[in-house]
Amino acid sequence: MTMDEFTARQLRDEIAAGRLKSVDVVQSLFARIDRVEPVVGAYLSLFKNEALAAAEEVDRKVARGGAVGLLAGVPVAIKDNMCTQVGATTCASKILANFHSPYDAHVVERLKAADAVIVGKTNMDEFAMGSSTENSGLKQTVNPWDAARVPGGSSGGSAAATAARLCYAALGSDTGGSIRQPAAFCGVVGLKPTYGRVSRYGLVAYGSSLDQIGPLTVDVADAALMLGVIAGHDPRDSTSVDERTAPVCDYLARLDEPPAGLRIAIVPEFNAAADIDTRNAIDEALEVYRRQGVELIEVSMPNFQYAVAVYYVIATAEASSNLARYDGVHYGHRSAEACDLVEVYSKSRAEGFGDEVKRRIMLGTFALSSGYYDAYYLRALKVRNLIRGDFMSAFEKADCIVMPVSPTTAFKIGEKTADPLQMYMADIYTIAANLSGVPGISIPCGFDTRGLPIGLQIMTPAFTEEKLLRIGRMFEKHTEWHKRKPEA
Amino acid sequence: MAGRIDEAQVRHVAKLSRLELTDQEVAMFSTDLSAIVEYIEKLNELDTTGVEPLAHCLPIHNVFRPDEIKPSLDTEAALANAPQRHDEYFKVPKILDDGSGA
Repeated sequence: MTMDEFTARQLRDEIAAGRLKSVDVVQSLFARIDRVEPVVGAYLSLFKNEALAAAEEVDRKVARGGAVGLLAGVPVAIKDNMCTQVGATTCASKILANFHSPYDAHVVERLKAADAVIVGKTNMDEFAMGSSTENSGLKQTVNPWDAARVPGGSSGGSAAATAARLCYAALGSDTGGSIRQPAAFCGVVGLKPTYGRVSRYGLVAYGSSLDQIGPLTVDVADAALMLGVIAGHDPRDSTSVDERTAPVCDYLARLDEPPAGLRIAIVPEFNAAADIDTRNAIDEALEVYRRQGVELIEVSMPNFQYAVAVYYVIATAEASSNLARYDGVHYGHRSAEACDLVEVYSKSRAEGFGDEVKRRIMLGTFALSSGYYDAYYLRALKVRNLIRGDFMSAFEKADCIVMPVSPTTAFKIGEKTADPLQMYMADIYTIAANLSGVPGISIPCGFDTRGLPIGLQIMTPAFTEEKLLRIGRMFEKHTEWHKRKPEA
Repeated sequence: MAGRIDEAQVRHVAKLSRLELTDQEVAMFSTDLSAIVEYIEKLNELDTTGVEPLAHCLPIHNVFRPDEIKPSLDTEAALANAPQRHDEYFKVPKILDDGSGA
């Protein structure tokens, strides 16, 4: 077995047992990055010197016989909307191109405390607004399975890096599908935890009532491992849930134990709306569960179809407020042309933001503006409640809901950039989980006729990640899809 | 067309958003935003009478902490990303007209 065939969990055990040196792993990984990264373009910055220093420290700890963390010596990548003291934190935006955070995000602190080695920061759609990573203001990332296609988004760099084995695991953020959809497009596992499970401290805000950080990994066990490291209460994020309300558990302890008497809810018309290869892959995946004695129950979720419309009111309204902070005064780009204070704002923002960010700021401003608030924003909040009601009634009948992650596999670069609305439809299956706060996972479940990966989406009630991961593991254990890797 | 956002509305919203737009951008965003808003109006198909608005999916309540002085970011770190500074201040162009007739 070569080094890049190990999962994060296996690699950690090899390093902790002293059979592999983290320094050798990091050296070998950077040799691979030198070869593959020029094609994939997953990273916005790489921290080779810092990574080697961190690896040496882990190796020293192991040699001394001391205890090491759950990710000891494992190279991980971080989406560039999470603050790190090392390097820049750009959100793939020109407005933050030279921004250096004075502090680490909570999740970065957690990774370091678990002895992980941070490889670099990954590309994304600017401010996480997009579904293809084409909205990056700084770089293009391609799909490792087909360089003419998008990696998905907005966590496209994290998904591509994990799929191309340019890291052993990565962090992404998911506001409307931004972990699950790129995971599906790139053939890796992507987990969006329950809203409030992971602290957002140090995550650059987009849609604050929807944003959640989660892992992208090569298999379900690694997702369980990563979640255990990053989950938990943090007083600096008042929406992160405390231990009494929802305790963090050992997500690996019973991972291989299938939940007893499992019932899966399916919505037949949702599966029928996906392309033919996706439909077939989902049907076969359901058959894998059926063969294990799982009961499939048809449910109806009549309000689910409104999720995209609701999302583009709520997320953009929140974004218009969150992104008001980029004013060219305290940090970030300031226009050289500005003559008075209003111009500092309006010219700096005009020069610094890309088209999609401007579009969403204006849409959100419109939805919140006088005369339109009730018709758009308030109505969207009410429909959000109806969508959550769909989930609650489905979860009364079944333990989880299964559907595709995306209606299609990875599309071509440039295919949807001219029509924003068509791009928004790529998230039709993923957005509702964010609106309702529930956790969702994307797991590789097949390939289309062009050889592109397909993702299976599973969603469970809030704070039941332990069960969600076990349900996912039931599928993975009986299939080999997650073991396939792109060439090169 | 219902809900269409014309160029005057784009200019108004851009002003509220503190975004300077070119005429070309105004035309483009008018087309884009009109299509998106028209799609969003699909929400009018639903009867939402008596439905409570859901701003947040957790039962969120205010979180209090004791009002204590704790260490925070030092001045140098806070100013390190400033586009322009003057001593310990963020520097910006003048806000008020000084009457010199500019």
